[in-house]
Amino acid sequence: MADSIDIEHLARLARLSLSADATTRARGDLGNIIAMIDKMQAIDTSGVEPMANPLDATQRLRPDVVDEEPDRDALQAPAPETQDGYYLVPRVVE
Amino acid sequence: MERHATLAELRRALDNGDLSAIELTRDYLTRIADDSTNAFINVDEEGALAAAAAADERLASGDGTPLTGLPLAHKDIFCTRGLATTCGSRMLENFVAPYDATVVARLKDAGVVNLGKTNMDEFAMGSSNENSYFGAVANPWRESHVPGGSSGGSAAAVAAGLTPAATGTDTGGSIRQPASFCGITGLKPTYGRVSRYGMVAFASSLDQGGPMAHNAEDVALLVSAMAGFDRRDSTSAEREDTPCSNGIPATPEKLRIGLPREYYHNLDIAAELDAVRASLENLGHTFVDVNLPHTEAAVPTYYVIAGAEASTNLSRFDGVRFGHRCENPESLEDLYDRSRSEGFGEEVKRRILTGTYALSVGYFDAYYLQAQKIRRLIANDFASAFEDVDVLLAPTAPGPAFERGALTKDPVAMYQQDIFTVPVSLAGLPALSMPCGFVDGLPVGAQLVAAPFQEELILGVARDYQNVTDWHTRTPEAAQ
Amino acid sequence: MSWEPVIGLEVHVQLATRSKIFSGASTAFGAEPNAQACAVDLGLPGVLPVLNEDVVRMAIKFGLAIGAEINLDSIFDRKNYFYPDLPKGYQISQFQTPVVGRGSITVHLDDGTTREVGITRAHLEEDAGKSVHDMFPGQTGIDLNRTGTPLLEVVSEPDLRTAAEAAAYFRQMHTLVRYLKICDGNLAEGSMRCDANVSVRPAGSNDLGERTEIKNINSFRFVERAINFEIERHIDVLESGGTIERETRQYDPDRDETRPMRGKEESEDYRYFPDPDLLPLSIDQAFVDAIAADMPELPEARRSRYREAGLSDYDAGWLADDPDVATYFDAVLVQSGDAKQSANWVMGELAAHLNKAETDISAAPVTPDQLSQLIARVVDGTLSSKTAKTLFEALWQQEGEVDALIDSLGLAQMSDSGELERIVDEVLAANPGQLEELKSGKDKLLGFFVGQVMKATQGKANPQQVNELIRAKL
Repeated sequence: MADSIDIEHLARLARLSLSADATTRARGDLGNIIAMIDKMQAIDTSGVEPMANPLDATQRLRPDVVDEEPDRDALQAPAPETQDGYYLVPRVVE
Repeated sequence: MERHATLAELRRALDNGDLSAIELTRDYLTRIADDSTNAFINVDEEGALAAAAAADERLASGDGTPLTGLPLAHKDIFCTRGLATTCGSRMLENFVAPYDATVVARLKDAGVVNLGKTNMDEFAMGSSNENSYFGAVANPWRESHVPGGSSGGSAAAVAAGLTPAATGTDTGGSIRQPASFCGITGLKPTYGRVSRYGMVAFASSLDQGGPMAHNAEDVALLVSAMAGFDRRDSTSAEREDTPCSNGIPATPEKLRIGLPREYYHNLDIAAELDAVRASLENLGHTFVDVNLPHTEAAVPTYYVIAGAEASTNLSRFDGVRFGHRCENPESLEDLYDRSRSEGFGEEVKRRILTGTYALSVGYFDAYYLQAQKIRRLIANDFASAFEDVDVLLAPTAPGPAFERGALTKDPVAMYQQDIFTVPVSLAGLPALSMPCGFVDGLPVGAQLVAAPFQEELILGVARDYQNVTDWHTRTPEAAQ
Repeated sequence: MSWEPVIGLEVHVQLATRSKIFSGASTAFGAEPNAQACAVDLGLPGVLPVLNEDVVRMAIKFGLAIGAEINLDSIFDRKNYFYPDLPKGYQISQFQTPVVGRGSITVHLDDGTTREVGITRAHLEEDAGKSVHDMFPGQTGIDLNRTGTPLLEVVSEPDLRTAAEAAAYFRQMHTLVRYLKICDGNLAEGSMRCDANVSVRPAGSNDLGERTEIKNINSFRFVERAINFEIERHIDVLESGGTIERETRQYDPDRDETRPMRGKEESEDYRYFPDPDLLPLSIDQAFVDAIAADMPELPEARRSRYREAGLSDYDAGWLADDPDVATYFDAVLVQSGDAKQSANWVMGELAAHLNKAETDISAAPVTPDQLSQLIARVVDGTLSSKTAKTLFEALWQQEGEVDALIDSLGLAQMSDSGELERIVDEVLAANPGQLEELKSGKDKLLGFFVGQVMKATQGKANPQQVNELIRAKL
């Protein structure tokens, strides 16, 4: 399946912009990586349940209690741009 | 104080009044200032001294814990309130978390003095610590060589005597392999033992924090404080027992120890492992061969699962609420594309692309689902082995530390470094690496693996082994 | 050619929990921007989701109410896409295995008929934040307070055939979730929104035409209008030889039209996969049984009960549709024992006053207790319909209790026939001309005299009695 890699599409999905050079390199690297991971296809897994969690544990439930009092100033301190409590991004057209 | 003093030795010195926590902390800070390995990204002199002063007061008033006043460094993947957490990335160069990771909070509560944050492969992706935005880390044993990764800064710092212990995280071997390369002891606890809250996520179903120190006793002391149920982490195991809460218990006699046959082909460290076996046989344990038939599929399986999880765990780094933002974004798309492309290094991008590919429409079943199925087969392999044996003895890595730059051009060869550690990670089992000799003048490690939540068993075996050997007491200075 | 529309709705129900689905931050509406977004909601590095128990309970309650299969094992997936109101770059949603499987709901149409609408599934997910486009020049502001508010997304089968049916379905859903107390039903605050999938096909065909999706409609009226616009647009395009493109559109109520949403052109690849920060949700049957044992009376059952009590279909529906109205009505009914009178008062005087004062029935100044006492006084003849209304007004103004007000305001009907007879005599004597005409057979003047007597008694006389007295005098 390695030859079916559409690096530009993947980069778009992942919101990465790659230079022409980087795209070429990524195509080569990914080709090798995918060739490596394709070795999985040789394993017969018919009838095997997928394992999402190593301990096969199940989800614990939290009581419906408000126990967070967000400190907006502290939480927004790492933000690149805020105003009047809002995070700002370039104008989005809907 | 001796440069490579253990936590136990430092504890005695503090308790005897031979020195204060402040003096001890100053001592380490001075050494860190002279560090030539680039083991630290950020040193918290002010915070460390304040914590040391508080620890001295606490000790004087008699309500200290076994950890109060002992210095330690955190891998820079654990969020520390008020102190930058970079994760080895330009993306988080200036990120200061408004909260402590649970691990950090627990150790802080115990009175541990945090010296600073150690270097690491960016977002814990790497096996050599060459993928750090803040520069590669040198192996204190030989600076031309890598310390291993991703917790390479933590391993180098302990080996170089810059801190007596450090925290690390292990997704596919990131505690064990650098411990092996740097001649120290490192434990990856059972998945779910140590809370992941506040630990920047790489691959959620694999990530596990753990301690790195000179010997099993020190590691046990730390894990007893780090482990425990955390209601903020859905994957945290809800258990009554805390490993080694009263030290490492006596090891049961006559353990059956398994040698996974698939791990013993073409090893550079076969003689060293044979010697470990001989030592443990002398202690009364017996050895049997076991099979872990899906070992070869573990690396591909690991890279699919870890890549897939990482590709979406890293989506939150978008330049909006925290982290790197590009200059003058023209549009939302531009903001995303440039912030992420500038903020992430090459290996991180590679893994995001790999994971995105594996999850894409049309490939999900062939990759992600297939990987999850093989994951179960691998876990089943271990489960059957543990029906027959108590512990597994295996190499941690195929050989000693390699030269810097040796594998950077070949990601796939680099990934093969993880062959002996990733199967254990996929199965979520506890495992440790302990020094067991030298190859070409560089330390190598042996890996002990146990069934889920049997940390005490492997720590016991390691402690017994370290009582009859001195590999863990060797230091880079003596070697040079 | 005649066309048949095929419509399916996805209704997003904000569940009425105190805290968010995966964090302990408050869900209260209307806080300062980002004041209710905690580290988990903001997707800061290293933080983790933990599932709110009541969210699961509410979803199961809904499932039981629509007779759905409850999936004891379900999974939370990540739906991956980038948008500024989606902090983590993925939305946690149940894609593969929803907690609620197939069920159905009875919808009552305006013409008195009913229709059974299939529900494909209902799954849990987290709400996104909000973008503000008009506050900052050249920039969009992001408020993440709503992020992590629990949503139950209810997906219907494409069983609906007209916009009116779709609106009735949306209304019925509104009624149901309020009965179950799993949603406050506040459409203005976005507590319920829906997406409509619309297609048309030649009448009689079994194939489905290409569909479009209208996003985020949040009023009953707009659902109907938006779908009607879209149906006609489809027919116009198809009849003029064009083809319908699959796309998402939004409804603009000001222009009463739908138009394509920009930025949604790229074919989406959401890369769903199970969220590794959450574990599979596994509920035991006892958890479900406990919820089943605690189910309230459902709208359908209430409607039937009202019909059996003698109310018309219309009245039964009117009263049962709103759980607060029904609760009020039940409280009146249980004391008054007179369904018809109770319905008349609740649907008449009370509804009119509430409407005028724009007050919610749960905050009505006249209590069900008072209203049932008032009805008792009407039934026992103490009050005339006119004095009853005067009393109601006094109760509304919270001037006192029923019997005390009847006394203090002198509202009791005149039971003393001697007193009434005296007043009749006075009225007759005061209008000799009209009396002559009445006597000469101009029966219409009877009404005039009754009116005069009622006026003189300030409405306290029983008009029937007055009528009889006047006739006797002739």
